[in-house]
Amino acid sequence: MEINWIEIVSIIMAGFSVSFGALGPALAEGRSVAAAMDALARQPEASATISRTLFVGLAMIETTAIYCLVIALLLLFANPFIK
Amino acid sequence: MKSPLSSDILFHVGPLAITQQVVATWVLIAILGIGSALATRRLRVDQPGRLQVLLEAFIETVQRQIKDTMRCDPARFLPLIATLFLFILCANLSSLIPGNEPPTASIETDAVLALLVFFSVIHHGVRSHGVLGYLRSFAKPSWIMIPLNLLEHLTRTVALMVRLFGNVMSGAFVIAVVLSLAGLFVPIPFMALEVLTGIIQAYIFSVLAMVFIGAAVREES
Repeated sequence: MEINWIEIVSIIMAGFSVSFGALGPALAEGRSVAAAMDALARQPEASATISRTLFVGLAMIETTAIYCLVIALLLLFANPFIK
Repeated sequence: MKSPLSSDILFHVGPLAITQQVVATWVLIAILGIGSALATRRLRVDQPGRLQVLLEAFIETVQRQIKDTMRCDPARFLPLIATLFLFILCANLSSLIPGNEPPTASIETDAVLALLVFFSVIHHGVRSHGVLGYLRSFAKPSWIMIPLNLLEHLTRTVALMVRLFGNVMSGAFVIAVVLSLAGLFVPIPFMALEVLTGIIQAYIFSVLAMVFIGAAVREES
């Protein structure tokens, strides 16, 4: 049986792209939530603005993780090098 | 396993393939349109009904959000933003109906929604500054920034599309994987999480639309 190296490498790299792509955004989201908590504790009256900005910022950060997920799905399901 | 990037084709209209998500979109448009027409048929000032109070609370919340985010009169942007929010919210939550795939879990629907935001940014920018004034805003700090500004307009549209697609699709995908691995009632917590994600993503999409349009409107030429 012939081993298809492209498929094997694609599956391994899909796992790698999701794991490393989740690492950075997780750290960044933790930092931003911590900063928002700090700001909320100092100024509870500004909670509306802070939480709206936090949500938008989290969405921006999360986009990088979503990019990695989409790349992984492309590698698994729509790989241009696998016939 | 079925690829999340493809979708089931139900039937063909001429050369066009009609997928399940397109039919779901049509049903959603019909429900939202007819529902809004029915709900606003008997509006009254002296004795508002229960539904009218609910709708007014929703509209006022959206108006307040627009005013807070864009710092201008919300009346011009209310129809677009509120419709975007309602449509994406209903589309995301329609994943709870058994056998239905949410329309926003296919990348074509998200592409159309992002294009809508892209063109309304241009429209509102041109309307408030004129064609030349809007074009001049691309060379805002200096003319060196023109390629970067053009690139930013494209990448943020793509990011808007991929964000909604990735979030909704990955939620549905995780539920499918857990269902095939574990069994019938195990995915229920994931479905609850998916409800939360759907609401937050609808909110974020409309807030980002507000931010982009607001930036185009506010920029002094």
